[in-house]
Amino acid sequence: MVPFRVGDSACIPSAASAVPTAVPSKTVVSRHSALVRVTHWITALCFLALLVSGVELVISHPRFYWGETGNDLTPTLFKLPIPASRNLVPTGYKYVLPDQNGWSRYLHFQAAWVAILTGLLYVIFGFLTGHFRKNLLPGGPDLSWRALTKAMAGHLRFERPSEAEAWSYNVLQRLAYLFVIFILFPFVIWTGLAMSPAFVSAFPATVNLLGGQQSARTLHFFVSLALVLFLVVHVGMVWFAGFRSRMRAMITGRAATTAATTMERT
Amino acid sequence: MSDISRRKLITTGLAATAGVAGLGLAARLAQKYGLIPPDHGGIYGLGETLTYASQRLLTRHSLAREFSRSQISKPPFANEVEPPTDEFKRLQAGRFADWRLSVNGMVARPASFSLDQLKSYPSHTQITMLQCEEGWSYIAEWVGVPLSHVLDVVGVLPQARYVAYFSIEPDTWESIDMADALHPQTFLTYGMNGDELPVGHGGPLRLRLPRQVGYKSVKFLTRLTVTDSLKGFGKGLGSAAPEAGYAWYAGI
Repeated sequence: MVPFRVGDSACIPSAASAVPTAVPSKTVVSRHSALVRVTHWITALCFLALLVSGVELVISHPRFYWGETGNDLTPTLFKLPIPASRNLVPTGYKYVLPDQNGWSRYLHFQAAWVAILTGLLYVIFGFLTGHFRKNLLPGGPDLSWRALTKAMAGHLRFERPSEAEAWSYNVLQRLAYLFVIFILFPFVIWTGLAMSPAFVSAFPATVNLLGGQQSARTLHFFVSLALVLFLVVHVGMVWFAGFRSRMRAMITGRAATTAATTMERT
Repeated sequence: MSDISRRKLITTGLAATAGVAGLGLAARLAQKYGLIPPDHGGIYGLGETLTYASQRLLTRHSLAREFSRSQISKPPFANEVEPPTDEFKRLQAGRFADWRLSVNGMVARPASFSLDQLKSYPSHTQITMLQCEEGWSYIAEWVGVPLSHVLDVVGVLPQARYVAYFSIEPDTWESIDMADALHPQTFLTYGMNGDELPVGHGGPLRLRLPRQVGYKSVKFLTRLTVTDSLKGFGKGLGSAAPEAGYAWYAGI
């Protein structure tokens, strides 16, 4: 899974609508709660493990299908132009990569368990403590067409984030995180479980609703791609906004502001 | 030390003690109800145990999805097999008339079955999917006798917990727990899509286990051993799969 973050800055409803006034010089502000930081880094580790093992698993059969079944004898929906770790797969390459599926499967499922249990903890506490409402739900005015296009244009012009964004998420961030937490993560778990022959024997609807076992595998691949895309943008934005300060905030929980920037703002 | 931090220390300590006690209790219950897989050691033991325990609880009696005749894959994809041994070639030359399935271990009446004997029992069919751990799949109609029928014939002793099963291919063997062994879709398969089971698909006799991925459906079956412990088999990890780095339980 992918890093997700929730601010701990309960006093600041939104980056766009509220800039704190009269901040004393050289303040250290609490930014991310311990729960958010711990679950963020566990999830980041799990996502890395799932990604590496997932790539290895795809290499054993880099062909994708739609419907219930698919194999080397059936037409594909699409195939990846890469060599495979099995010699029966017609890839066009003259060599076969070493089989890595044993540990990849062990690691994939173990990391999925840790990520799901961590995610459950995060979601339960996120609701109980009001994290989602306070830190991730965009404020009403932020969702207006004008505010959204303005935020988007600012991002496209690569404008430096405002000081307030060190303490609170902007509206695009909020929407992206909510989408990852409540749409992409549940969907990647669902499509993953839909590939398990034992799980679907107990809950056949999980795979039937997706249109078949091979459809579930193809969808799992695409959701994973979407999560990787999120990760790339997420890390890129952290870099752009100030790698050291953002990393410090997610590791120590504190965001520092200086007298100078406070002066500028007031 | 301030009151606040002392209170915090006490609550943290209590929570930690409760957590450890809870884990201990969970481990004892899991052992009692057979929820610990034989390959539970090592760094992936946690994930394996969680997967096996949760799927065993959810799927003790659930049936693998069955399909309609129109969904049968034509032709079914036969995965690679090792070159046949001399013994296999000899039996094949005799049209498998001398093929035997021996059943021993914790049974009241150890026995050896010819294919004709197995075919004399009421035959069952299932149209199920064979799913390889690599990602490909096909649907076929499988014909055979449920393993539970043969286990009834030999009389499984009450302390039995696993059935280990062996191929004529060297070092090819697997094992399943009794929930899978007695499951109505676990077949000793001798027919496929209205014909004999082709050699490429494990003929003349293959164990079919549609709720787990393909490598548990061992081809060229020659022996079943009923046991209460897998410790004495191979390296004690449950089957040949964990010895090659793959999970013993393959329901996912």
